[in-house]
Amino acid sequence: MHTMVDKHADAVVHAKVAVGLPTPKVSAKDVNVYYGEKRALQDVSVDIPDRGVMAFIGPSGCGKSTFLRCINRMNDTIPICRVTGKITIDDRDIYDPKLDVVQLRARVGMVFQKPNPFPKSIYENVAYGPRIHGLSHSKADLDEIVQSSLEKAGLWNEVKDRLNDSGTGMSGGQQQRLCIARAIAVNPEVILMDEPCSALDPIATARIEELIEQLRKNFCIIIVTHSMQQAARVSQRTAFFHLGSLVEEGVTTEIFTNPKDKRTQDYITGRFG
Amino acid sequence: MNEHTVKSYEEELALLDKKIAQMGGLAEQLLGQALGALERRDPRLAEDVVLADKQIDTLEREIEEQVISMIARRQPMADDLRHIMGALRITTDLERIGDLAKNIAKRALAIADESHPKPLMSGIRHMVELALHQLKEVLDAYAERDADKALSVWRNDAQIDAMYNSLFRELLTYMMEDPRNIGISTHLLFGAKNIERVGDHTTNIAETVHFLVRGFNIADDRPKDDQTSSTLISGT
Repeated sequence: MHTMVDKHADAVVHAKVAVGLPTPKVSAKDVNVYYGEKRALQDVSVDIPDRGVMAFIGPSGCGKSTFLRCINRMNDTIPICRVTGKITIDDRDIYDPKLDVVQLRARVGMVFQKPNPFPKSIYENVAYGPRIHGLSHSKADLDEIVQSSLEKAGLWNEVKDRLNDSGTGMSGGQQQRLCIARAIAVNPEVILMDEPCSALDPIATARIEELIEQLRKNFCIIIVTHSMQQAARVSQRTAFFHLGSLVEEGVTTEIFTNPKDKRTQDYITGRFG
Repeated sequence: MNEHTVKSYEEELALLDKKIAQMGGLAEQLLGQALGALERRDPRLAEDVVLADKQIDTLEREIEEQVISMIARRQPMADDLRHIMGALRITTDLERIGDLAKNIAKRALAIADESHPKPLMSGIRHMVELALHQLKEVLDAYAERDADKALSVWRNDAQIDAMYNSLFRELLTYMMEDPRNIGISTHLLFGAKNIERVGDHTTNIAETVHFLVRGFNIADDRPKDDQTSSTLISGT
């Protein structure tokens, strides 16, 4: 039986279907983040659709990475950090005290600026997550997960003959794709990427961008990037952050050809400061 | 508008506008001279127009090269992107206007020895004056980034079309009166058509300026009043 709240939620879903808007995968409402007394993020509200790429852009210190880290509760690990407001994934509050944070982080994978493979074999890097989350029941299961994850990350053909080599011995671009394979091995729904290409050369960057293009068919991807060209290339929606606020969010082509806010315009055309 | 952090970017955008202004000035000058050549039956002036059109072509090439280079090096965004793409489109329209002026001047050479029917010449003169006024207005709209001015140019093109329609009828009548008039009338008719085309390129520029400033295209369909393609005057 529906509770009042459920009925209300249903009505919201129907209203969105009626106007053709997809239900957001991730939804933030009035999110504020404080580091001690300092407010790093102010009243951020945004809906992020599934099966697509949302880019966060903005100058250093604007709050984009802080916000990204709220989505898998990475900020919990910083003692002085406090988050208020509401973030939901599939309409479930991720800051609900009853929610298992470890499970949440399996659902919301993360890829960092600097590739950080474990100092273990390529195989173990990918197998670690599924094993601890109990996603495989046999060695054959695990082998299959490792292979399919590496395939999805576009790395399988390069490493299939040396799965026991160390993950840290690969090139930077390969390491980053290994980290993406590691993230997708636990069947996440959302993948957060914090400047995933800033340490890579243009060819490795192009490979990651091609990978993002493939992955967006099945995942909700949120990418923080300092390269506006990258945001323009890989994302369908873009959000511009400035001084802790979300200034403007919209369809990527609109943001980059005809932004509504002067601050967005100044930033993307290189007129800041 | 704040300036770009990279000063050379700012300078390149300014240079682009300077070249567009130069090209626009030349296009205006050519059209005026073409009319002068036609009215005064001045073959020398007509030849000047043909030569000066080469300057417009050179500027067009320079602007094109600069735009390609800026897209490759600067990866322009937002209003810069619209500015640079707008400049490229405007330069194409101005080059076409130059060509049309040149074509009118060439006709002046062809009919230099014929006697010109006064009322028809004054019709052509009015058309050119209006086309020149429109061109000047749209170049100002570009320089001032004035979308309203561009919109008013866009709407005023209907007047040129109306003038063309009436001139078309007059020329047909003139031809029917005496077959010996057919030669000169045909040249004047093509001349008038060229001026009408100048008006169309001017409205293209107006559309570009509007897009450049506001970020979206003019919504309505422009009132098109050129009815000559469906007009026939039957003989008695």
